[in-house]
Amino acid sequence: MKKHRCQICGYDYDPEVGDPDNGVAPGTAWEDVPDDWACPICGAGKDAFDEL
Amino acid sequence: MRPVELSKNVYWVGAVDWLTRDFHGYSTERGTTYNAYLIIDEKVTLIDTVKSGYCHELMHRIRNIIDPKKIDYLIVNHVEMDHSGSLPQVVQEIQPEKIICSKMGQKALTQHFHQPDWPYHVVTPGEELRLGPNKTLSFVETRMLHWPDSMFSYLKEDQILFSSDAFGEHLASSERFDDEVNQDVLMHEATKYYANILTLYSPIVKKLIAQVEAMHLPLKMIAPDHGIIWRKNPKKIIDAYSRWCVNESNGKALVIYDSMWHSTEMMAKSIAGGLQDKGISYKLLNLQVNHHSEVMCDVLEAGAVILGCPTLNNGLLPRMAGFLMYMRGLRPTNKIGAAFGSYGWSGEAVKLMNTAMSEMNFRLIHPGLRVQYVPEHGQLQECVELGHIVGQALLDAKAGNKAV
Repeated sequence: MKKHRCQICGYDYDPEVGDPDNGVAPGTAWEDVPDDWACPICGAGKDAFDEL
Repeated sequence: MRPVELSKNVYWVGAVDWLTRDFHGYSTERGTTYNAYLIIDEKVTLIDTVKSGYCHELMHRIRNIIDPKKIDYLIVNHVEMDHSGSLPQVVQEIQPEKIICSKMGQKALTQHFHQPDWPYHVVTPGEELRLGPNKTLSFVETRMLHWPDSMFSYLKEDQILFSSDAFGEHLASSERFDDEVNQDVLMHEATKYYANILTLYSPIVKKLIAQVEAMHLPLKMIAPDHGIIWRKNPKKIIDAYSRWCVNESNGKALVIYDSMWHSTEMMAKSIAGGLQDKGISYKLLNLQVNHHSEVMCDVLEAGAVILGCPTLNNGLLPRMAGFLMYMRGLRPTNKIGAAFGSYGWSGEAVKLMNTAMSEMNFRLIHPGLRVQYVPEHGQLQECVELGHIVGQALLDAKAGNKAV
C-alpha cells in the first residue's frame, strides 16, 4: 500500500498507521480514506496529497 | 512606553525590537515588533505576548492601563517563540482564567512549555466569545499560515481582525499605524515578509482570502503580530496578498549568481545585456553581496529567474547551494528559468541548477550555458542570446501568448 505526502505541510499518510484520531483505522488504503478527510496537521484536503 | 489605543478600550501593548538583524536567517535590517493587544470589557483579554526578553515592556504597557492580574483571558493566536517566549512569565503573573487557542495550538503550547495543566480553552472555528456588553470575539482557524496552530481573532463591535503573522512585516518604528509610515518602506517590508515566510503557503492564502470574503466581515482594521496596524487602508495589504498568492508576475528578470574568478560574472553581465536589448527590466544579484532573504523578495514577483554558478569540486559554490535550498523550501512558482556557469573540467553546476528549477516547476527555456574557464567574445555572444531568449519569453508571456 502506497504512502501519500501532503504538499502543503509535508505530513505523510501511511496506510499501515492510518489516522485513528480522525476516524481512519490502521490498514486503510489511500483510496478508501473518506473524501472529506483532511490532513491532521494542516487541514488540507485529499487533493493536496501526492503519491510517494 | 505608552500603550496605543486602536479604538475604545482596545490597546496595542507590544514591544518594539530595534536590535534584531537576523531572524532565523531572514535579514531584518529595519528591526521588528512583537505586537500584543489588550481588550477591556467585563472580561479583560490579552491577545498574544512578546518574545522572551521583552516581557517587561509588555507588562509595563499593560500596567499603564490596568493591573495585569485583572486579565481573564489570554489568547494565543500563534505559538512561535517570538509571540510566546514570555508566555510562562505572563501566565505566572496574571494567572488567567483561560488560555484560548486552536486545537493545534494547545498541542504546540504543551510541546513548547510542557504545562499540561494550564487552563486551555480550545476554540472551535466560528465560536463566539462574549467578553461583556461591548466586546465579542470570534476565531478563524488559519492552519499553516504559517504554522499548524495559527489562528485569527476578530473583534466584532470594533471590526478589528487580529491576524497573527499574516499581513505583517518586520519593521521597527515609533509609529503604530499604516498612515504614519513611509508607504514604499512599508510595502517593501510587507513584500519581503510574504516572500520569506508565506510563499509556500500561497494556495492556503488564496483559499483563506476567498473564505474571508465570503464571510463578509466588515474590516476597519487589521492588527497583525509584527509591524504596523492597517487602519487607513487594510485593503492595500489584502489586495497585495491576493496578487502574491496567485504568483502574479511583474515581467521582470533576475540574474542570480555567484562567481570565483569573474568568468560566471562576465556571463551574467552579457545575459543582462541581452535582456536589456529586449527592453526587460532586470536585476543582477551577486549572492556574495545580496542576502538570500532580499533576493527572495525579488523572486516573489519576478517573471524569470536565471541562475549562474561555476562548478566547484563537482558541485555548486556553497552560497548558490544554500540559496537553492532556501528557495526550494519556499516554492515560488510560475517562473521562466535558465542556468549558466563557467567550469574547469567537470562542469556539473548548470545541471544541478536545472534540476532544482525543474523540481520547482520553473519553465526551463534553455538547456543551459556552460563555458570552460574564461569566456571569449563568441561565448559572451551566446550569453547575450540567452538573454534575448528569456526576454522574448517574458514579452510573449506578457502578451498572453504563453503562460509563464
